[in-house]
Amino acid sequence: MKDFLFVYRVDASTMANRSPEEMQANTQRWMDWIGSIAAQNKLGDRGNRLYPTGKVVKPNQVVTDGPYTELKESLGGYSIVKAASLDEAAELAKGCPVLEVGGNVEVREINAM
Amino acid sequence: MEKNELIPHLFRTEYSKITAVLCKLFGFEHIEIAEDLASDTFLSASETWSLKGLPENPVAWLYTVAKNKAKNYLRHESVFQKKVAAQLKYSAAATDHTPEIDLSDQNIQDSQLQMMFAICHPAIIAEAQIGLALRILCGFGIEEIADAFLSNKETITKRLQRAKDKLRAEQIKIEFPGPADIHKRLETVLRTLYLLFNEGYYSASHNSSIRKDLCLEAMRLTSLLLAHEATNTPAVHALLALMSFQSSRFDARVNPAGEMVLYDDQDTSLWNQELILQGEAFLHTASQGSALTKYHLEAGIAYWHTIKADTPEKWNFILQFYNHLLQMEYSPVTALNRTYALSKAQGKPAAITEALKLNLSGLHLYHVLLGELYTGIDNAKAMACFETALELAVAPADHKVIRQKMERCR
Repeated sequence: MKDFLFVYRVDASTMANRSPEEMQANTQRWMDWIGSIAAQNKLGDRGNRLYPTGKVVKPNQVVTDGPYTELKESLGGYSIVKAASLDEAAELAKGCPVLEVGGNVEVREINAM
Repeated sequence: MEKNELIPHLFRTEYSKITAVLCKLFGFEHIEIAEDLASDTFLSASETWSLKGLPENPVAWLYTVAKNKAKNYLRHESVFQKKVAAQLKYSAAATDHTPEIDLSDQNIQDSQLQMMFAICHPAIIAEAQIGLALRILCGFGIEEIADAFLSNKETITKRLQRAKDKLRAEQIKIEFPGPADIHKRLETVLRTLYLLFNEGYYSASHNSSIRKDLCLEAMRLTSLLLAHEATNTPAVHALLALMSFQSSRFDARVNPAGEMVLYDDQDTSLWNQELILQGEAFLHTASQGSALTKYHLEAGIAYWHTIKADTPEKWNFILQFYNHLLQMEYSPVTALNRTYALSKAQGKPAAITEALKLNLSGLHLYHVLLGELYTGIDNAKAMACFETALELAVAPADHKVIRQKMERCR
């Protein structure tokens, strides 16, 4: 088994306008999906969600506030899964709830140092 | 209680107390001496009591005799005297150079608790920890332990001997762990108590009275932890909640013929409401603070099982607990249970899709689950799954359950 990073990207503006009921239903869909991966013994680390605010540090001491809420593909969170191949990992990503709200999952094999 | 019942009963409760106190005094390297002195005390009891009748206070009688035997031993065993007694802290009152043997409730409790930490040491494998706990802390006979593990006396004796040797080799002390270690050590203790309870609750042994005793002992030992601030933690309360909820179904899950009654077929009037209420109280105290252990999640699942009515709400809660539990710790049985909860919360077709991803086709329980999920959707497929389950299952009790399910599918 190899480790793969799932990076979740989503249009942050759609996330901000949800009702509490939608948010709760969304949380449950995530739990069911992560639970499904865990039930296959393929969850490495559930990972975390990320707050939308942040800073970007660039060369020459330049630090900018990330206006990420305006981005179409804001970084929303990450997880680590275990799979035999990149294809299998991609297959696991297909059920991710982020896809239902127009987001995407980037799947990358981890090259352990 | 009649005399012929009283001695085995006292043996169960008092043997472990006497052993713990003496062993705490002598050190683990001399545990056999402590055990022999305790056994000897009961031998004297059965001889004397059959001639002279029962003393007024049998427990006090046992303690007095145990004390005298221990003191005698310390006086007369010169080797022991030189090697061990020299290291013992003498109480000022013991002018004859034998230590005071303190069989007060407080010292018994402390000794048993410290003994529990010694036995549940990470250096000892879990299986041996359970065996030692049963023998030393619960006063179970070798034959009873063999019965609970579906093993034989010889194997159990060897296993216990190896575990004792290991405890000696590692020079494990009978003491309460320091503040730096307590958290980690308590985790091991709780895991052993959890396994001890499960051994009783899920064991394939047919002796249902031993199985029940195993569970009750696990609860008693877990309760000992409540008496000390450092071990009176939310995890302990959660484990006690779990044990209370599970044992509330004891009388309902075995029929008069000694056979298992499945959850769906149980007579709920046989569920013990007192234990359910006790479980709710423990779960309430366990939920104060932010600690969330697997015992909390399992207690949550067990709580919902004390409510027989099937509602989507109930099964959705159970599903979420299983989702969480699997993220904490994978086990094939948890994965199967999670899929069952999913079928109840979201329907069989969704659960079949998930079940087919589990990769557990070597387990008979996997095929039992698939059979259940296909029942009513594709009965031919369901029967094929049950057939496979029959081929894989070993225990006759499992065969019986599978055949019952096949009957319902026809």
